[in-house]
Amino acid sequence: MSDIKKFMYINTKAPYGTIYAWESLEVVLIGAAFEQEVSMAFIGDGVYQIAKGQDTSDLGVKNFSPTYSALGDYDVNKIYVEKESLEARGLTLDDLLGLKYEDEDDDWAEKDSIRVVSSTELAEILEQQEVVFSF
Amino acid sequence: MSIEVNGKVFETDEEGYLANLSEWEPEVAEAMAKEDGTDLTDAHWEVINFLREYYDEYQIAPAVRVLTKAIGKKLGKEKGNSKYLYELFPYGPGKQACKYAGLPKPTGCV
Repeated sequence: MSDIKKFMYINTKAPYGTIYAWESLEVVLIGAAFEQEVSMAFIGDGVYQIAKGQDTSDLGVKNFSPTYSALGDYDVNKIYVEKESLEARGLTLDDLLGLKYEDEDDDWAEKDSIRVVSSTELAEILEQQEVVFSF
Repeated sequence: MSIEVNGKVFETDEEGYLANLSEWEPEVAEAMAKEDGTDLTDAHWEVINFLREYYDEYQIAPAVRVLTKAIGKKLGKEKGNSKYLYELFPYGPGKQACKYAGLPKPTGCV
């Protein structure tokens, strides 16, 4: 497969209560096997998906937040979080998982995957995508 | 379906993967391997233990590509290639090793 496309997965919903967040993550991990250029965006309540310190023990469902830390291994390292969505929920970058990846082109230096962007910047990033999935 | 080990019955899905991850014991891996006609060596255990640690940390079984890269990094380059892993697990390192490790089938594995 020589035709590499830009895929964007937009996540808009809280992690639990619906299946969207987990389904999205599974699709991203499966899609990563096809070696496309994959980005993810978290907006609205979607930002809670990558919040630190999730505890689902009272919900009786699996806490899948540790799985986001595997994204770097799957070469998914462009993770955009909308600044306005964080601010509206009283969150900052420090409240999010410290997602990292190793940069193959920079002697495997460990780098941050999460980039906080304004809604205007995010709109420009979306403009450049060829395939957009919304969950 | 189920598999019986030392008189204890473990429930599995229709492909032989353990239904309840927390029930796993090393003897289950040995029994599953025996059914496939394989004797588990230290080299097999290295991969099985690696997969269990990976699952513990990330809550998923890694895709083969990711497994290969990670094994190479942790256990050395001569082990981080599909030839080495397929020799140990001829039915597919993802599928077979994950099954022995008591993990679900790797995400994205058909």
